[in-house]
Amino acid sequence: MSEAVLPRRNTISRLWNDKESRAVIVQIIATLLIFGFFAYLIRNAAINLEAIGKGYSFDFLTQPSNYDINQHFIEYTSRSSHLRAMSVGIINTLLVAVCGLVLATIVGFALGVMRLSRNWLTNKLAYVYIEYVRNVPLLLHILLVHGIIVHTLPVPKQAITVSDTAFLTNRGFYTPKPVFEPLFWVVGGLIVAGILFSLWFTRYAKKVQDQTGNHYPVFWINLGAIVGLPLVMYFLLGNPITWDTPELQGFNFKGGMVLRPEFIALWLALSLYTASFIGEIVRAGITAVSWGQTEASYALGINRGRTLNLVVIPQALRVIVPPLTSQYLNLTKNSSLAIAIGYMDIVATIGGISLNQTGREMECMTIVLLLYLTMSLLISAAMNWYNKRIKLVER
Amino acid sequence: MNQKAYLPGEHPNLPPPSSIIGPVAWIRGNLFSTPANTVMTVLIVWLLYKSLPAAIDWLFIDAAYTGDNRDECKARGSGACWAFINERLRLFAYGFYPIEERWRVNLSFVLLIVATVAVLFDNLPYRKYGLYFAMAFPFIAGWLLIGGAGLTPVPTDKFGGFMLTLVIGITGIAASLPIGIALALGRQSRLPIIRLFSVGFIEFIRGVPLITLLFVASTMLSYFLPPGTSFDLLLRVLIMVTLFASAYMAEVIRGGLQAIPKGQLEAADAMGLKYWASMRLVVLPQALKISIPGIVNTFIGLYKDTTLVLIIGLLDPLGVGRASLADTKWTGLAYEVYLFVAIFFFISCFSMARYSLYLENKLQTGHKQ
Repeated sequence: MSEAVLPRRNTISRLWNDKESRAVIVQIIATLLIFGFFAYLIRNAAINLEAIGKGYSFDFLTQPSNYDINQHFIEYTSRSSHLRAMSVGIINTLLVAVCGLVLATIVGFALGVMRLSRNWLTNKLAYVYIEYVRNVPLLLHILLVHGIIVHTLPVPKQAITVSDTAFLTNRGFYTPKPVFEPLFWVVGGLIVAGILFSLWFTRYAKKVQDQTGNHYPVFWINLGAIVGLPLVMYFLLGNPITWDTPELQGFNFKGGMVLRPEFIALWLALSLYTASFIGEIVRAGITAVSWGQTEASYALGINRGRTLNLVVIPQALRVIVPPLTSQYLNLTKNSSLAIAIGYMDIVATIGGISLNQTGREMECMTIVLLLYLTMSLLISAAMNWYNKRIKLVER
Repeated sequence: MNQKAYLPGEHPNLPPPSSIIGPVAWIRGNLFSTPANTVMTVLIVWLLYKSLPAAIDWLFIDAAYTGDNRDECKARGSGACWAFINERLRLFAYGFYPIEERWRVNLSFVLLIVATVAVLFDNLPYRKYGLYFAMAFPFIAGWLLIGGAGLTPVPTDKFGGFMLTLVIGITGIAASLPIGIALALGRQSRLPIIRLFSVGFIEFIRGVPLITLLFVASTMLSYFLPPGTSFDLLLRVLIMVTLFASAYMAEVIRGGLQAIPKGQLEAADAMGLKYWASMRLVVLPQALKISIPGIVNTFIGLYKDTTLVLIIGLLDPLGVGRASLADTKWTGLAYEVYLFVAIFFFISCFSMARYSLYLENKLQTGHKQ
């Protein structure tokens, strides 16, 4: 009955005024627009590439790269392929990212704790540091640290030395290199066995404590298994590591291990920059745990150390981990600034020299973008897994 | 002996004991409260004693403020050589913008200050007109800087120095906020395809470093344009920086949107508001207010990221600095240059951060503990 009363409208306006059908129409239009846009871009690219006689293929990856990379952890010469150069780049990026994550986390937590210190000077010192570092671009930090290493540190002949085994020069930081003799692998095996044992023992001790209330000194037993026993074995076998110390030959050092100035500059600048952000995150996380929690814990007779470990830190971590994840991601992505000082990472190898030599912009940039996307996704996946583990278990 | 007896309520108010108030008590409480604190204090004081005087000597006392080259500088003082910065100041400020046209940059800068003041402070007279002006400002400044329509055109590759930083930073800030809001709403939308595109865009941009996007802009973007056309490197950079910042902005605003209780939207529905009206009048004002700290942080990040353009060959202050360092007359003065640029960035970023704190306090309409 009521339908007959409604004035008849034309179909289009009826479709548009209905919530469901409008949703469908909007989405169809959006899809068409976006795919149309991409199709247009791809068509342009195809025409442009054809005009200059370039295809889209990844064949160049197997051709020799014809350039040197000074820091490579896998076999690499200028005769190696572009693919090999890319692998070297990936390893270098991962190396600086992982080293950076570790140092940034340590310094960041230290800064966060300093910011909460009751000592006025400590507190303000951390504050000034954090505000200065956070408000100045990372690229500037990298260039500055690199400048300090290259311009201020002495040449190899006048190297600053630590007991004649490690040398600090403007060509890098030279340290002795461990040479493992075959017997060392016994010690290595023991360390692995110790780690496996401690994993099992931690769970076992927890089970015993849950069932009987008996308490094992888990930390000390694990420490003994992982560090103590291998150490004893190491001396029993008669020091199966020899050290290859660097020596001055001509104008530079030979032998030993070297950390190149580019690596040190990038590593320090990245970690110290990210640490200032982590410091603020840690401070916010710890202040987010209400003081009542600590008081309640003291009231139960739990001492200061255990209160921190069992009450405050687990709750603070829940607040800290999500923003910490994005800082880790930022650090990894920021390592791409390496190109400014010539550290050979992904961008500098495949996205830089390889690109310029082969002229394959499309292919190289696709590879670079995909590599970074994969890395970012892997880090977020790992941190999400960790976040889920420490999340509050609710009803 | 002469202890006086007081009737209840007649005892005069005595000052608090000196162990509770005053400098001695403050020092005791804040610097020497525990043995560990004492050790820290002594250590830090020693460090400052070792480093501060040397730093002040280098910065001011032993510094040379005049001189024509590095050797003259070093002859005048063993400290910093500010004469270098002094000589290059114009280059740092304007890049290679033609000298006779620099009044246009100055004028835009003055207009920028007017527009910024109108946006930032809401208790000014005639603020409404100020806001209209702020909206028109990017176009006016664009016309002033690039020229055309009565002014001599200036190619954008002459842009440089702090002026370039401000151009990229302010365009990025002005454009990324609306795009970010749109993306955040898209990500929260109930239309699956809109959501999919928004998520895809945001996650892609957030997954790659800005420098790779800038490389894309400088090396391969021209392939995607219709044959025979090409556009300006600066414009390409602006587009990339804006897209990059809007993905981060979208995530910040999404955080704000998620913090708004569902009841708000339901109430808006119940009032008969349509989607856009309920967003504009109910949800977004609250969501944006919560996300102010994050938004300002994104702005600061974008502003600092403008330095990356030096890698693809634009002359921002760092680029100008590095180019100046290559001058044999002034070789080896890296610290002066980097410190000078650092101070510029520190002042801009730190004031943005302080303004965000001020705004946060002002918009705090809830109960304060």
